[in-house]
Amino acid sequence: MKSFPGYPESMWPSLEMVEKTRPKRVERAKQGLKVMEPMTLEERDEVLSKYHPDYQPDARKEIRVGPNKGEKLTAKVVDLLESHARVKPNEVDLSDPDFDVDVLIIGGGGAGAQAAIWAMKEGAKNVLLATKLRIGDANSMMSQGGMQAAVNPHDSPVIHWLDIMGGGHFANKPELVKVLTSEAPFITKFLMELGVMWDRDETGHLQTKPGGGTSRRRMLSARDYTGAEIMRVLRDEVKNHPDVITVLEYSPAVELLTDEEGRVAGALLMQTETGEFIVVRAKSTVITTGGFGRLHIKGFPTTNHYGATADGVVLAYRVGAKLRDMDTVQFHPTGAVFPEQIWGFLITEKVRGLGGQPVNKNGELFVFPLEPRDVEAASFIRECARGLGVTTPTGRVGIWLDSPVIEELSGPGTIEKQLPAMLRQFHRFGIDIRKTPMLVYPTLHYQNGGIEINERTETNIPNLFVAGEASGGVHGKNRLMGNSVLDYNVFGRRAGIFAAQNAAKNNIGKKLTLKHVEKWEKELEEAGIKTKRISPILFPDYRNFEILKKHRKEFDPFIGFALTGWQE
Amino acid sequence: MAEQEVLNKEEERKPQAKMVPVFIMGQKYEVPEGSTILNAIEYAGYQLKKGVGCREGFCGACATVYRLPGDYKLRGGLACQTVVQPGMYLAQLPFTPAQKAIYDIDEVKPDITTFQKFYPEAFRCLGCNACSKVCPQELKVMDYIQAIMRGDLELAADLSFDCIMCGLCTMRCPAEMAQYNIALLARRLYGKYMMPKPEFLYKRIEDIEQGKFDKEFEEIMSLSPDELKKRYAERDINFKIT
Ligand SMILES: Cc1cc2nc3c(=O)[nH]c(=O)nc-3n(C[C@H](O)[C@H](O)[C@H](O)COP(=O)(O)OP(=O)(O)OC[C@H]3O[C@@H](n4cnc5c(N)ncnc54)[C@H](O)[C@@H]3O)c2cc1C
Ligand code: SF4
Ligand code: SF4
Ligand code: FES
Repeated sequence: MKSFPGYPESMWPSLEMVEKTRPKRVERAKQGLKVMEPMTLEERDEVLSKYHPDYQPDARKEIRVGPNKGEKLTAKVVDLLESHARVKPNEVDLSDPDFDVDVLIIGGGGAGAQAAIWAMKEGAKNVLLATKLRIGDANSMMSQGGMQAAVNPHDSPVIHWLDIMGGGHFANKPELVKVLTSEAPFITKFLMELGVMWDRDETGHLQTKPGGGTSRRRMLSARDYTGAEIMRVLRDEVKNHPDVITVLEYSPAVELLTDEEGRVAGALLMQTETGEFIVVRAKSTVITTGGFGRLHIKGFPTTNHYGATADGVVLAYRVGAKLRDMDTVQFHPTGAVFPEQIWGFLITEKVRGLGGQPVNKNGELFVFPLEPRDVEAASFIRECARGLGVTTPTGRVGIWLDSPVIEELSGPGTIEKQLPAMLRQFHRFGIDIRKTPMLVYPTLHYQNGGIEINERTETNIPNLFVAGEASGGVHGKNRLMGNSVLDYNVFGRRAGIFAAQNAAKNNIGKKLTLKHVEKWEKELEEAGIKTKRISPILFPDYRNFEILKKHRKEFDPFIGFALTGWQE
Repeated sequence: MAEQEVLNKEEERKPQAKMVPVFIMGQKYEVPEGSTILNAIEYAGYQLKKGVGCREGFCGACATVYRLPGDYKLRGGLACQTVVQPGMYLAQLPFTPAQKAIYDIDEVKPDITTFQKFYPEAFRCLGCNACSKVCPQELKVMDYIQAIMRGDLELAADLSFDCIMCGLCTMRCPAEMAQYNIALLARRLYGKYMMPKPEFLYKRIEDIEQGKFDKEFEEIMSLSPDELKKRYAERDINFKIT
C-alpha cells in the first residue's frame, strides 16, 4: 500500500482512491471551472432543509423579552440575550466619567479601525477605541481568502449586487447591498493607498479569483493573509494618530450607558484583569464587536477568534436596538477535521477558488465546489450522512478537499505562492497539502445577522451606530465569501463618518444612567425568566471543570478568576 | 453551556489520553499528550484574558518562550500552534514592549532615508540571526532587515509578508530593534508607492461616481421578488478575467 505522510494508516486506502480519480477530475477542470453542474434553486432548498443545522427542529426558539420579543432566533442566541446584566445599576457611580469623547468605538477589529480613522477624517477631535484583547486580535486578522470588489471590465456593482442578494436568499436590505457593492472599488483604492499589498499582475491589474456563489472573478487577495495584511495596516494607521485616537486594550464594554431620555451616551468598560470600571461619556457610540463563533452553537467548533462572543448584540439589545436575521448561522463548509489539534480551524475557500475539489471517501466529486456556503456545507453533511465520509482515529468524520489538483491546474509553486498560511498550518503537523488532500467538515464561522442598521449605520436608538459582523441586514440569511471583509471596510468607514457628524450635533444629556438595565431586569422578571446566566460573556470558558471541581462539595462556575461561569 | 458541551465531548473522545507534565509559569501540571500549549494552559484551569487572540496562528498574541529538560536552548513558539512536550517549562509573553514610529504615510519616501530617520536602530543589526531562529513563521527575519539596510524594500516586503507581529524576534534582538514594525513600514511603502497601479480600478471608480450604473440599479431594484429570483437563476456565470 502507498503511504501518506502525516496520516494514519487507516486513512490510506481512501487517500489512494482520491489519487486514482484525480487525473480525470483534473482533465474536466482544465476545460473550465464547472467540474459539476451547480444546483438549481429547488435542489438547494432540498439539501438545506434536510441537512443544514439551521433547519433542525431545535435550532431556533422564541425570545421572550426585548425588541424582537416573540420572534424565533437561534436558540443559543436567545439564551445569551435572556441573561442578567453584569452590573447592577445601583452598584456604579457614573457621575465622574474617565473619558468624555466625541466618538466611542467598541471593538478593535477592522470595522473599529476604519471607524476610528474616518471619524477623525470627518472632524472628530477625540476618538476612543476600546477593545477586549489587543487591537487586531479579531476575526478581521484571520480572513485568508480575500475581499470582493467588482474590478474587472465584464463585472459590475450591479452583478455583484445580484450575487449577494441571491446568496442571502433575497432577505438582505437591498439598499445596504447597493452601498456595499458601489463603494467596493473605492475602498479597494483607499486600502491600497494606505499600503495594502493587493495581489496584482505585472501591469498592476488586480488579481481576482472566483468565490462561492459569485458569477464573476471578484475576490481580491493578499496571498492568503488578506485579513492580516489589511488589519495590520489599519492598526498601524490608527496608531499613527495618537493625538486624536486613543486606544484602550483589554477593556471590553460590559454595558452601554444612556442619558435620561434613553439615548445612548457612552459605555461602561471593564478592565479584564483587575475588574476596574472605566466610565466613558460619548456623543456617538459605535459598536464594532464582531461575531458570535465562540458561542459554539449546536456544539460546533469555530473558526472565530477568542473574543467572538456577540457582546455588542447583547449590549445593543438591552438598550432597545432591533436585531434582524439572527435566525441563521453561517457554517463554513471547510473546517479542518484532521489533525485533532486544528479541529474546526478554517481552510480558506480560496482553496476551492483555485480549483481544489471536494470529494468523498471514494474520490468522487459530489457537489459543485463553489455553491453558496450554506448549500456547500449542507452537501458535505449529507455526504457524510450517506456514509461516504472518512473517519479519523478520534472518531470524527469529514470529506476530502483535494488540494493537489491546484498545482496540476496552475503549475508547481502555486500553493506556496497563493496559500502559504494553509501550507504552513498543515506542514506543522507533517502534512504536505501540495501532495495530499485535507480532511474537512463544516465549522461555525459567521454571524449572518445582527443589529439592524441603515445606510448611515444608524440603529433605531439615537447616537448608536453599528458596523461589521455585529450588524444585520447586509448579508440577509447567508453571507458570501469575501463580502464581510468588504462589509467591515465599507460600513466601518461609514460608521466613522456618520458618528462624527452626529457627535457634532451633541445630542446627549448631561447625566449618564443605567436605567435601561433596571428596565431590562424588570422585563426578565415579568417574563418569568429565572437564570444565573450573565452576559456579555466576554470570553468562552475552556477550563477543565473536572480538575476545578476536585474536593469541592459545591461547585461555583465563577470559581477562580473566570469571567464567564455560564452554567445553568 | 456550549463551551462545556464542546469540552465534554473532547473528554469523552479521548478518555485514556496519556498525560504529560509541563511547567506553566513555574507551576507543574499534568496535561493530555498532544495538546497545544494553549489548550494545556486552559486544561490546567486558567481562563485566559491575555496572551490569546485568534487561536489559529494569525494574530501573534500568544507568543511563548520555553525550554526543554536538559537543553540549554531558549525556544520560542506560538501557544496555539505548538504541541507540548514532556517536562517543557514555559512562560507567555502577552505583550512586547516595542518602538513604533509615528509617520504620515502620504509624506514619507519609499527609500532608505525613511528608515534612517524613523528606525535608525535597524542599521545596528549585528547579523547574529537570533531573530530568524526564533521566528515561529520561519521567516528570514535577518534577511529582511538587511534588505532594508540596503534600501531593497521590494525584497523586504516579500520576505516579511507572512509576519504576524508576535514580537519574539524583538525580544531576542541584541540590537534592540522591533523588526516587525520596521518591516510593516517597508510593506506599506512598497504597497503604496512601488507596486504597479491598477489603471482599470480608477476607471471603475470614476464610472461609479459619474452614475454609470444608476439606471441598471434602479431597474433591478424595482423588480418584483419573483422577477428578481428569475433574474438571479438565469444570470450567466463567467470566470474569465476580462
Ligand atoms: C478564520 C476566518 C476567516 C475569514 N475569512 C474571510 C474572508 O476570506 N473573506 C471575508 O470577506 N470574510 C472572512 N471572514 C469574516 C471576516 O473576517 C469577519 O466577518 C470580519 O473581519 C469582521 O470584522 P469586524 O471588525 O466586524 O469584527 P472583528 O474583526 O471580529 O472585530 C471585533 C473586535 O471587537 C472586540 N470585542 C468583542 N467584544 C467586545 C467588547 N465587549 N468590548 C470591546 N471589544 C470587544 C473583539 O475582541 C474584536 O477585536 C473570516 C472570518 C474568520 C474567523
Ligand atoms: S518576524 Fe518577528 S514578529 Fe514577525 S512572526 Fe517572525 S518572530 Fe514574530
Ligand atoms: S536579532 Fe537583531 S541583530 Fe540579530 S540578526 Fe536579527 S535584527 Fe540583526
Ligand atoms: S492566538 Fe493568535 S497566533 Fe496564537
